Amino acid sequence: MGNPNAGKTTLYNALTGASQKVGNYPGVTVEKVTGKLKLAERTVDCIDIPGLYTLNAVSEDERVAAEVVSSKSVEPADLFVYVLDATNLERNLFLFSQIAEFGRPMMVALTMTDRLAGKPQSVDPARLAAELGVDVIPVVAFKDRGIAELKGAIDRNLISPRVPSLSLDIPTEVLEEVEVLRDRLARAGIDATVGETRAELLAPSEAPGLFISEFPEMKEAIEESRSRLAAVNLLRPSIDTQARYAWAKAVQGAALTPLRDEPSLPRAKKAPSRTDRIDAVLTHRVFGLAIFTFVMYLVFQSIYTFATPVMDLIDGAFTAVKDGVSSRLPDNDFRSLLVDGVLNGIGSALVFLPQILILFFFISILEGTGYLARAAFLMDRLLGWCGLNGRAFIPLLSSFACAIPGVMAARVMPDSRSRLVTILVAPLMSCSARLPVYLLLISTFVEPQLGPFWAGVALFGMHLLGLIVAIPVAYFLNRKMIKGSRLHFALELPPYQWPKFRDVMLAMYGRGKTFVQTAGTIIAAMSVVIWALSYYPRAPIIEGSDAAQQEHQLQQSFLGRAGKVIEPVFVPAGFDWRISTAILSAFPARETVVPSLGIIFSLGGDADAESVDLRKKLRESTWPDGRPLFTPWVAAGLMVFFALCAQCMATLAAVKRETNSWRWAAFMFGYMTLLAYVAAVAIHQVARALGQG
Amino acid sequence: MVQLESPSSAQAIRFVDLRQGMTARVSAVDEDCLVSRRLQEMGFTIGTQFEVVKVAPLGDPIEIDLRGYRICLRRLECDCISIELV
Repeated sequence: MGNPNAGKTTLYNALTGASQKVGNYPGVTVEKVTGKLKLAERTVDCIDIPGLYTLNAVSEDERVAAEVVSSKSVEPADLFVYVLDATNLERNLFLFSQIAEFGRPMMVALTMTDRLAGKPQSVDPARLAAELGVDVIPVVAFKDRGIAELKGAIDRNLISPRVPSLSLDIPTEVLEEVEVLRDRLARAGIDATVGETRAELLAPSEAPGLFISEFPEMKEAIEESRSRLAAVNLLRPSIDTQARYAWAKAVQGAALTPLRDEPSLPRAKKAPSRTDRIDAVLTHRVFGLAIFTFVMYLVFQSIYTFATPVMDLIDGAFTAVKDGVSSRLPDNDFRSLLVDGVLNGIGSALVFLPQILILFFFISILEGTGYLARAAFLMDRLLGWCGLNGRAFIPLLSSFACAIPGVMAARVMPDSRSRLVTILVAPLMSCSARLPVYLLLISTFVEPQLGPFWAGVALFGMHLLGLIVAIPVAYFLNRKMIKGSRLHFALELPPYQWPKFRDVMLAMYGRGKTFVQTAGTIIAAMSVVIWALSYYPRAPIIEGSDAAQQEHQLQQSFLGRAGKVIEPVFVPAGFDWRISTAILSAFPARETVVPSLGIIFSLGGDADAESVDLRKKLRESTWPDGRPLFTPWVAAGLMVFFALCAQCMATLAAVKRETNSWRWAAFMFGYMTLLAYVAAVAIHQVARALGQG
Repeated sequence: MVQLESPSSAQAIRFVDLRQGMTARVSAVDEDCLVSRRLQEMGFTIGTQFEVVKVAPLGDPIEIDLRGYRICLRRLECDCISIELV
């Protein structure tokens, strides 16, 4: 545990490696990362507690972390390994002082010591250990330096634990009142530590302490003590923070050793650090925004170009497997279920893995270097006025891979209101499941006529669309729909550093695994359902090709019938029953629209975005009266529809889980579908008015 | 602007008026306010000096050097602590 940006994750990865499991804390949506730590003679469970600055929690993450630390959780930890950033001792020691007051066994892993090289001062671990009263082990986690020593120390501390010593300079009147109140609490059977009691006494009036809400019967006692302090003008929460920082400063002073006898230069003349020199460009008024746009564009071009060959490979492999299975089994319901339902479903889920891995490769590099925080700094004003903040940039960016991690990443939002807004607009970001739809339609209608450059621009534009629509939606939700308090924005800008290979790999591995497990299984299961809806009831065998039979079958099926029923609804958008059926079949997961189109246009279910036949078919298909079905405008309308709609069962399930109510999931589906429909109709009608329809 | 170290030269200023390169000091905090407590916990305790390193391209937030680390804050959300120019 420790402050955010203290190097916790890097150290945790070095200790537990790939044994990590990501789960949830019971009853809440905060992510719980557990792993196995191998010591000399035994293996212990090791939990990564979310980074926090203070135990006075505001966000849900902080509350969970604070509860684990205060050992109110079910299984109190045997030992806390506090990750202390050597370059930022004061603020890191502030939290240490809060945790130390619980009197639980602790030890310190001193990180970022490599960054002190070249600085005039160094942290002396032995002196720091003497000040804190616990073991201090310096580590450089990504180089595995100090890891063996740390493991040895953990082993030692588990056997003979050490409890930190702490002396805060608190006015005697406060100390006395703490003892009075602690006594009264103890007599009521409430076990409170000195630190907890003081926090209760000195709580700001806007944020009453824990005991007063948990034990209403103690309200009188607590308020009596508070009013006695107020009488001597000591009911000041700042006493507590002031005392902790004074202590932290004293400890820092004792632990720092000057390496060189340089006269300490005045601040202003200090040479700019490496981070300052990089920031001079990256957060520059003009260059900063230009570079930000370029970086984002680079990420999307990479997904577009690098992922495609791997996706083709996966796709080819699955086609081969399906063909192999088909040729070995008799043509019956079971074969169809296996090939068109199960294998097809698994294939269409796995095919997104390359994109997700590439995206998380970039996200973890941006995060690891510290650029993500700068991006939030640049974007805060833009996102801020509509009720989000710069941090929302992280879940929103994640949503470009998949709304599910994006919705989950909304936990970085510090308050429930902006978190809910972020969750509700995150699925508007163009996730990678929309990509096959864009790729199919762009490669069919844009690329042949306008060339690859404009195809790239069109793809970029489709990704931009969701972001642009999200801003007014977030504004509206924030001002009109959602009540709740808003917390202020405070974002640390950590010094730049090189991304750590192992952290990047583990982030990709973890995200990929989560995707396959959650989204993948739902996509595969839904694929079977859709297969059944389109397979039954069986159509009579007709003369003609297999593909014609398939098409006939689909018209006959539950799905085709439903598609025809809703056709009138979609005619204003220029969609016929076949497109309507594809939209219906894509409800559980929008990426299934491509294989659905394959079946509907008589090509069989193994068509993908790269299928030349499918592109040809789309260009050639017509309305019953001979007009072409797909004009470029209808294609654009269909793309916009898919850009804005909420056709994803897995996202709706994730939203339900995160907001703990189907109400918000249903609301999200409703507003996005309406938005998508209105936009598609508008495009078609404008095109018709212009004589292009 | 005269730059003197003595507290007597202190001149109250608001966060909205801070410019790049200015150094300020926390002079008082709102004891009842939640945001004020969080800012103190992040290091803005009474008497602490900080420097405005940069103003974001769109005017907000501002990047501040405080106790040896960098934090960015929105100007309008910091009214619960009073500051003075150093």
